[in-house]
Amino acid sequence: MAANEEYEDSELSFSRSRRFKNWLKNAFTNPYNILVFISVVALGILVVWPLLQMVFSTFQLAPSEAKRVHGTAGEFTLYYWQRLFHSQVSQNMLYKPLLHSLLIASSVSVLSILIGSLIAWLMVRSDLPAKGFFSMAVIIPYMIPSWCKSMAWISTFKTSRIGGTAGLLSYIGVTVPEWLAYGPVAIICVLTIHYYAYAYLLVSASLRSINSELEEMGEVIGAPRLMMLRKITFPLVLPSILSAFILIFSKSMGTFGVPAFLGMKVSYYTISTMLYSNIKQQQTNMAYAISLILIAIAAIVIFINQRVIGTRKSYATIGGKGGRSNVLSLKKAKAAVVIILTLFLAAAVIMPIGTLILQSLMLKLGDFSFENLTLHYWIGKGTPDIFNSEPGVLVNPQFYQVLGNSLKLVVIASLIATFCGQMIGYVNSRGRHLFSGRLVEQLVFIPYLIPSIAFGAMYLSMFSKARTVTVFGKVITLMPSLYGTFALLVLVTAVKNLPFSSRSGTANMLQISTELEEAAHMSGANFLTRMARVILPLSKNGFMSGLMLIFMAVMKELDLLVILISPKTQTLPYMAYSYTSGGMDQYSNVVATLMFLIVFLIYWIANKFFNADISQGF
Amino acid sequence: MSNIVLKNIDKFYGNNHVLKNLNLTVNDGEFMTLLGPSGCGKTTTLRVIAGLEKPQNGIITMDGRIVVNAKELFFEDPGNREMNLVFQSYALWPHMTVFDNVAFTLSVKKIKKDEITHRVNDALQRMRIEEYAKRYPSELSGGQQQRVAIARAIVSQPKVLLLDEPLSNLDAKLRVDMRSEIKRLHHEMGTTIIYVTHDQIEALTMSTRIAIFFEGVLEQVDEPMKLYQNPASLKVADFIGNPRINFIDGTGTVNTDGSLTIDSIVGQMTFGKEHLTENIPSAGKFPVVLGIRPEKIEIVTAGTANTTTGAIYSVQPAGADTTIHVKVGDEIIIAKKIGICNYPIDAPVGLKIEPDHLNVFAKESGKIIKTAVLEQ
Repeated sequence: MAANEEYEDSELSFSRSRRFKNWLKNAFTNPYNILVFISVVALGILVVWPLLQMVFSTFQLAPSEAKRVHGTAGEFTLYYWQRLFHSQVSQNMLYKPLLHSLLIASSVSVLSILIGSLIAWLMVRSDLPAKGFFSMAVIIPYMIPSWCKSMAWISTFKTSRIGGTAGLLSYIGVTVPEWLAYGPVAIICVLTIHYYAYAYLLVSASLRSINSELEEMGEVIGAPRLMMLRKITFPLVLPSILSAFILIFSKSMGTFGVPAFLGMKVSYYTISTMLYSNIKQQQTNMAYAISLILIAIAAIVIFINQRVIGTRKSYATIGGKGGRSNVLSLKKAKAAVVIILTLFLAAAVIMPIGTLILQSLMLKLGDFSFENLTLHYWIGKGTPDIFNSEPGVLVNPQFYQVLGNSLKLVVIASLIATFCGQMIGYVNSRGRHLFSGRLVEQLVFIPYLIPSIAFGAMYLSMFSKARTVTVFGKVITLMPSLYGTFALLVLVTAVKNLPFSSRSGTANMLQISTELEEAAHMSGANFLTRMARVILPLSKNGFMSGLMLIFMAVMKELDLLVILISPKTQTLPYMAYSYTSGGMDQYSNVVATLMFLIVFLIYWIANKFFNADISQGF
Repeated sequence: MSNIVLKNIDKFYGNNHVLKNLNLTVNDGEFMTLLGPSGCGKTTTLRVIAGLEKPQNGIITMDGRIVVNAKELFFEDPGNREMNLVFQSYALWPHMTVFDNVAFTLSVKKIKKDEITHRVNDALQRMRIEEYAKRYPSELSGGQQQRVAIARAIVSQPKVLLLDEPLSNLDAKLRVDMRSEIKRLHHEMGTTIIYVTHDQIEALTMSTRIAIFFEGVLEQVDEPMKLYQNPASLKVADFIGNPRINFIDGTGTVNTDGSLTIDSIVGQMTFGKEHLTENIPSAGKFPVVLGIRPEKIEIVTAGTANTTTGAIYSVQPAGADTTIHVKVGDEIIIAKKIGICNYPIDAPVGLKIEPDHLNVFAKESGKIIKTAVLEQ
């Protein structure tokens, strides 16, 4: 070939060693490669390793069980899996809770989607009055942690037989059946009131993105409204409905707070509360095995999701901007719709918040009379006859310590998660067509698969003792024991939130044209300069809105942290949870109310100043 | 100032071979335009030179210094090539003022503050945008943004200035102004410029030489007027010129004395050996295509000696010139006259074609076999 001959003729000689040297230099100085390397190593240590570690420990005999099964600690065993799947306790330990969880998850998903989609449609496509007010009100449930709602539920419905004191309804003379106060119905109701907001956010975003021309086309052909809804609109939003289903299903499968509040007292266990009680009883390896089952279910659900809607997802964004579409007149139904919606919102928003506040003001639970109201639990000094002189929350130094802890955790973890999310977003956006980019994208997605409580269990397994290796007689600590430390909480929170932060980071980075970076590169700026002076300043807004979203999520986080928190490292949700566990509901309500105020404030700031889209945050 | 040599450059995107064994030399102080239809590899070539893309094969040298040696995986960092690039999208940093955008390169190089101020103001003045120094890019019009982008690229006095379709986002009037602006800039600074465009007018009017690409292959490198008068192939001939060149099928015969006789609807012509290229077959009859520029066709009274007779098909006066379509047999031949003129439709006319000024291409290879006598 002429081309090759010319090359041989040229004065340049080819050197294999120079090629190798350059290869090394390119591989190790390319910032993209460095970022990929760091991401893969970090995710390997923080996600893959703990997961494998947890898998392994379910096959390893723990010292506590060694005697019982006549084995030696640490040897390979199928004891836990056998015990879980095939023993006298299997029924109570696995099958019943699993059935309960599946029942709850499927009912909650179906109900939430029905309610959420209906409201979404009303909000986007009908001439509902006062849309501004309603659209604000319907997402408030998202800001109230689900366990706060279950506290409100209890104080409304509980009967003196189980709860010790009467709830609001019993007090005013309504006989509340037991199945309504505690158990599956209560759990399903509370979770539905919580998760419908997710369905609403996803479906309404999808409805808005549909180009109304598609519907107008149907109108031109002369299709009746209802038929258009069924044949055109519904198929178009179907992908978002399905993804809402998956999201809600896997979230309610793994949720801990609500079934803990509303189920454990009547021995109604779900898989997540079973996991928790196993850990509390030091049966950690059993708990890990249960976690793996939870993870497997979540993974299967998400796999099916990708199979089913993976290809159809594409047309959810057809039309992009959408347009002004003609809204459907509700005509005579308008008044009825408004009343029903208002009642629903009253039940979902005002009732929980109202009950929380009301109960926090009640000296004695169950007594809803005016004389019983007090600010004791807010600002009281503490008297020996009320809960062993526990002072009111606002004058309790411990509260401020916990508040400080919470804020510290939230700020540090969300900053770390958001910053790492931006970096991973950079890798994802620049490496979209490369194997390395997709690998990082897949790795960072793993924490999303793992329900919060299982993720917490995983970190417990990973960090309960120091990981060391012995090299030439020297012991090197690969990973210190972090159990009980604040650092562990930061770590677990940051890693669990990486899927969200890197998703918003990717979206953010995709908005920054590569040419802006190339222009800086041409100007002689090295990678760090380009990051510091071009990319990060440009991603500031996305950074802030991503930060706010994670901030809100972390503020109300209970499931993830509940098994990792030690007395020194309490957070607000945990404080509320432990007050309730101790029967000190009023204190718990005060804490929950304060926390809701903080979350609402953050939401307001995020929405007002950073234009944050909260549907990115779950 | 610098000369750049590209040797055997190959660039693949996956299995897509976008640059095919490219060899190109850009001389010191030259204004080299890379021209071609979209997707032909011209922008990729520019990005390979800039260092933003790494070729899989080949060597690039600047003044003899190797900046790319693909076989040894050596790629000089873009920042160390003493080049700068003006992007098609301008790629101005939206969070910096005009001054900061232009000062960026200098501040990265750790140059003293007062010198930066001095040089930035100089560059802004040169591009006549000094009054916008404190504005942000979003507060400027497209033309002003363009000037900022050029100021940013020239402030560091690069040896080579690369421009990627810089005028394509401007409206027609601004484009003409910017053309003269860039040409003047080249004259004043004497920097080597490599300019990418798909607009033949830009290429013809501004460059010292044009490299024309089709599908990743460099088809011809020549001075603009040579390229126009003697396009190396049918593809080049078809791409250059507006209105487009007339192609007329014919038959070529190589005579015993080495001359070439062509038969076609515009008559029989014979060309002496001195006008022929080495692409011509050694003997025999073969199909050819005549390429005749519209302005080289004169419209005369029908029946004049040595003319081809046709009928007026349509007349399109545009003020400065008039484009006339004439039907000869089944073919339409386009002629262009300076100024305003008019002919009745279907009127018979004679077409006078100067054999010296036409090109002949071998139909099979598409290569030029008879060159035109160059006008200067």
